[in-house]
Amino acid sequence: MTVAAVPSRVRRPRRERDGDDTGVSARRWFTPWLLIAPGGLWLLIFFILPLFSLGRLSLEDGGLSNYSTVISDNSTVIIRTFVYATISTVAAIVIGYPLAYVIATKGGKYKNFLLALVILPFFVTYLVRTLSWKILLFDGGPVVAILQSVGILNDNQSILGSPFAVVSALTYNFLPFMVLPIYVSLEKLDHRLLDAAADLYSSPARAFRKITLRLSLPGLFAGTLLTFIPAAGDFVNSELLGSDRTVMIGQIIEKNFGKEFFRPELSALSFMLMAMILIGVIVYARLLGTEEIA
Amino acid sequence: MASPTAVDLSAPVIEIDHVVKRFGDFVAVDDANFSIRQGEFFSMLGPSGCGKTTTLRMIAGFEQPTSGAIRLDGVDVSKVPPNKRDVNTVFQQYALFPHMNVFDNVSFGPQAQNVDKATIKKRVSEILEVVRLTEFASRRPAQLSGGQQQRVALARALVNLPKALLLDEPLGALDLKLRHAMQFELKRIQREVGITFVYVTHDQEEALTMSDRIAVMSDGRVEQIGTPAEIYENPATVFVAGFIGQANLWSATVTDRSATSATVSALGGSTLSGSCVADSVRAGAPVTLMVRPERISISMNPPCGDMQSVNAIVTDLTFQGPVVRLALSAPDGSPIIANIDPDADLPLLRPGHNVWASWAPTAACVLPDAPDQPRTLDDIVVEG
Repeated sequence: MTVAAVPSRVRRPRRERDGDDTGVSARRWFTPWLLIAPGGLWLLIFFILPLFSLGRLSLEDGGLSNYSTVISDNSTVIIRTFVYATISTVAAIVIGYPLAYVIATKGGKYKNFLLALVILPFFVTYLVRTLSWKILLFDGGPVVAILQSVGILNDNQSILGSPFAVVSALTYNFLPFMVLPIYVSLEKLDHRLLDAAADLYSSPARAFRKITLRLSLPGLFAGTLLTFIPAAGDFVNSELLGSDRTVMIGQIIEKNFGKEFFRPELSALSFMLMAMILIGVIVYARLLGTEEIA
Repeated sequence: MASPTAVDLSAPVIEIDHVVKRFGDFVAVDDANFSIRQGEFFSMLGPSGCGKTTTLRMIAGFEQPTSGAIRLDGVDVSKVPPNKRDVNTVFQQYALFPHMNVFDNVSFGPQAQNVDKATIKKRVSEILEVVRLTEFASRRPAQLSGGQQQRVALARALVNLPKALLLDEPLGALDLKLRHAMQFELKRIQREVGITFVYVTHDQEEALTMSDRIAVMSDGRVEQIGTPAEIYENPATVFVAGFIGQANLWSATVTDRSATSATVSALGGSTLSGSCVADSVRAGAPVTLMVRPERISISMNPPCGDMQSVNAIVTDLTFQGPVVRLALSAPDGSPIIANIDPDADLPLLRPGHNVWASWAPTAACVLPDAPDQPRTLDDIVVEG
């Protein structure tokens, strides 16, 4: 029992006599609602209501056939979008996990400094960050020159406009969202568990697989969501660094919403993107094992 | 006994051979040299920072000795990593794997050794029976009480039937009552499985209760190794006398020395004697005379017979349940503590009264002085 609970217990009978008790219990019931009201109202007005009207709009004119139309019209783009998002998420894991691991376990007194370096790109706006890649990757730029000189690229090949440019930039832009949650889960890992695993005849590799990796799954899961969802919905990277060959769903939605706002097919496309991300996340959660994440 | 063959109780299973461990300039273990016998319950006892945990971690393989060797069944394992040593540890905070249930925690070791599934299942259920946790096999550590977690940690280590089980203050996180219950539980389990236990603790009562032998450590050095009775009755140093149980420690000067005893002048000129084994104690040397408070008896008249006695003034009386703790002041002002029977027929015992404190000569020990040794009971800081 908390200290605060004691006086309220003691005073209660007096309040009942005063007929004040309903006021107290009403206030108790009301307080949590009052606290979530600002955020709740915000979400209701600016998220749920527009989403609802978007959903209704997606069913106008052709009803559910709107969905089959947008899927068949945009199948290449849809598949491409999810392939790009998946590759950049996997790349972010491959780059981000070891990075987070080293910072968390070997960082020592430089931990915070190294983390600051990870977050440093955020001090530059998203658009400028992505534009700077254009300077890095353009045909006369340093990256192309180096790759051409070692013979990886032909003299007439370029990086800008290629899927590689778009996926790399997606990976780069969302990498910190992968590193930070993994770092947090590795940072709080009790190193004595690894002593225990070694004591119980486990090689360092087995200890990593059975202990470190398993206990960092929640971080890995959060990082994947924070990377995959914005990557799948992104339109900036492909717009700035890609070409006609790299168009993603986000670009189509953004372009057309700009011109012809209230079109059922576009709403259907938006809804479909959301639904596919949701399904992807659920499948992923199942694969990782829900219990480990909870 | 799990082992079907007769166990040679005198064979050493662990040998600590002149082991030194330094961390930078700090000497954590200073020339530890002893061996632990097959099937014995061996404790390393000392205050925090005395090197006992470091010694245990070197036996487990988490630390490597700076010099010296550690042998397991005669084989030097000083450079062998922990996953290749046939010893298992019960960690201080248990270090149970939080994402695994009890069964998976306990089967973690056998699985790493590629024991087949049927054998694992049989061995795990046997050991869970020994620690009385059979019905908790599918629970996660977070769903268990502290005492139950403790027994999971024990089962997880014992299921591997190691050459020795290393326990690092395993009862430290439990409350007093549970700790007492677990002391007997540990002894029972040790008898049942017949495995050598190496037990690290700072709690002298725990060590006295459970151990076959105790190594008392201080500042990285082993001060004394012996059975609980030996260490309690015949401490080798002033540190051991003060750390194990309560002790009166008085400054004294040697007047005469024989092979097994010494006569000293102490407590304001009284001539007293006690057993003495240290070679360094010679006539004229400053020494410490030790008598346990429960060995002192109080009388109104000078005692007769072969008793050592001093005249003293009562300064304080404290009722402590099973005993009355009596504080006295010797002629030179030295404090004397005596624990006496509450039923003792001493009706006039009040502060200020003059009484006789006496004890048998065999109850006293003459101990060599160390340069920086603690002088009184209060100087010996024992962590709680």
